[in-house]
Amino acid sequence: MNSHDDKGIPHTTPRQSATFSADVNSDIRRAAATGIYDIRGGGAKRKVPSFDDLLFMGASISRYPLEGYREKCDTSVTIGGLHASNPIHLDIPITIAGMSFGALSGPAKEALGRGASMAGTSTTTGDGGMTPEERGHSNKLVYQYLPSRYGMNPDDLRKADAIEIVVGQGAKPGGGGMLLGQKISDRVAGMRNLPKGIDQRSACRHPDWTGPDDLEIKILELREITGWKVPIYVKVAGARPYYDVTLAVKAGADAIVLDGMQGGTAATQDVFIEHVGQPTLAIIRPAVQALQDLGMHRKVQLILSGGIRSGADVAKAMALGADAVAIGTAALIALGDNDPKYEAEYNALGTTSGAYDDWHEGKDPAGITTQDPELMKRFDPIEGGRRLKNYLKVMTLEAQTIARACGKNHLHNLEPEDLVALTMEAAAMAKVPLCGTDWYPGKPNTSY
Amino acid sequence: MQSFDLEAQGLRALNSTLNAQSTETNQTVWEVTNPKGSHAIAVGLDAPIEVNVKGSTGYYCGGMNKQATIHVHGSAGPGTGENMMSGKIIIEGDASQYLGATAHGGLIVVKGNASSRCGISMKGVNIVVQGNIGHMSAFMGQSGNLVVCGDAGDALGDSCYEARFFVRGSVKSLGADCEKKEMRPEHIEFLREIIAESGVDAKPEEFTRYGSARTLYNFDVDNAGAY
Repeated sequence: MNSHDDKGIPHTTPRQSATFSADVNSDIRRAAATGIYDIRGGGAKRKVPSFDDLLFMGASISRYPLEGYREKCDTSVTIGGLHASNPIHLDIPITIAGMSFGALSGPAKEALGRGASMAGTSTTTGDGGMTPEERGHSNKLVYQYLPSRYGMNPDDLRKADAIEIVVGQGAKPGGGGMLLGQKISDRVAGMRNLPKGIDQRSACRHPDWTGPDDLEIKILELREITGWKVPIYVKVAGARPYYDVTLAVKAGADAIVLDGMQGGTAATQDVFIEHVGQPTLAIIRPAVQALQDLGMHRKVQLILSGGIRSGADVAKAMALGADAVAIGTAALIALGDNDPKYEAEYNALGTTSGAYDDWHEGKDPAGITTQDPELMKRFDPIEGGRRLKNYLKVMTLEAQTIARACGKNHLHNLEPEDLVALTMEAAAMAKVPLCGTDWYPGKPNTSY
Repeated sequence: MQSFDLEAQGLRALNSTLNAQSTETNQTVWEVTNPKGSHAIAVGLDAPIEVNVKGSTGYYCGGMNKQATIHVHGSAGPGTGENMMSGKIIIEGDASQYLGATAHGGLIVVKGNASSRCGISMKGVNIVVQGNIGHMSAFMGQSGNLVVCGDAGDALGDSCYEARFFVRGSVKSLGADCEKKEMRPEHIEFLREIIAESGVDAKPEEFTRYGSARTLYNFDVDNAGAY
């Protein structure tokens, strides 16, 4: 391009709009061409304040560290002892979040069970019911009780080690789901009592209760059916964490699963994923505050999820008051989702490894989020389980490394005082001081 | 007959006793006195027993029932027979909202009226109501049959799948994708059998059938205005 026009006047540098970016423009063109909003899987992709904005200070003269590999740093957690006679004992505080058979293949669900069991933790069913391979390979299996009640029956309910009443998920607080027809195989259709090949809507709210008073009665019913043996969790999205946690505890929950907007979904509208809900970092302190105000912190366990990726994230969640975390997207990546070795196939689908999120279309090159028999063959559940176990072990070792450096002999002993924030936003959300100061926005008795 | 005073003996004792009954039990008939609107009465049963509840019940009576016959000699609260798998529930009085929600099988008979969202997300159950049913009944109904001898409220069968609805009286309005259907001989025959089994007062020829128009089965933006 010439730097001047034919009259000798310089061209200005072409300037792309920050408002109408290439991403935005491609969304507009896609909408104009199709007339349909974009549906995708996964969680929020936008950058939000996160655990990356927090740092541990480590030990110093006032705090002394524990010896790595030598001095004990416990990672175990017991969930659900408040009302249940058989609470869940986990070796590590990293659980596998609910993901449906239907969204995932049977072998992928099996791999999650294998990996979780080898690592000493629990896995969770999803919208679509419990499969025998999942139950068979999971030492500790949490049964999700969802609005759709797809595949829901009392026999499976009684096979569960815990029941998780799903009110919402971080990717779409207030939203239901849709499993598109191309993923509805005979087996999926049979489990859901619906014809093959049609879109299956997952309801956004439960068919037989609304509000906290009803929830209390629903929990009573589930306990009566399961003999008050297994813990009952309530899963809520990061919408109004202080009030949601308060109401769930009041309704009788043994544990709360709290899911931030980075938490994934099998499929929902992109606009929902990116614009409804709060970041994981923003929801933990109000939730812990609610438990503390009720005198229930550490009695009703808090399981935090939504974008947990590493032992550092685990340690930060626990320092801010969580009892455990749950991983979904990270577990799928450990199994082989979005692996660059399939780059050519991702390219053929119009995307690239790492960005692939059209899991609902059932064409997953990694063979994990599909019901296509040929694609499913690519995924080995035994190898997948081993990879997940390795990953869970690494996360645990990482969290222990940090905890020992902070002088803690149990991950639960990590505390907000071990943390500082890199940004004002993170300081305000986590209520820990901005680096180099003794202040965070909103700190009591400060005037600015 | 075994008798159980709910007020004196408590809910936990009732349900644990009833849940302990097996297919081979010879204690097949039970009577529950003083229910006084208690919630979660006779839930999760899995034996061919008969439970007679002498009074009105609260939420979720007979929830997730398998095999058992539960007879409520009074009115029943919300979510009665929710997710029932098999067996029978008979309600002498009226039933509150969400009757038979997501129920997979068996038969629920209401001698009085049923409230809103009757048969919501039903997945195979048969529900027979002698009186009227409220609005949004059989919302997202997947399979099974809802037989109404009286009238149906607004938005019957909204967004339904393969469930069938038979209404003898008027339907205030049909929900999205629900339409009037032709009555064929097999429907008359089905009604004849279920009316006899339910003991309600009606003739098969008096009913009109409704069900899914199946236009919303696969997403199409041109249907977005239907919701």
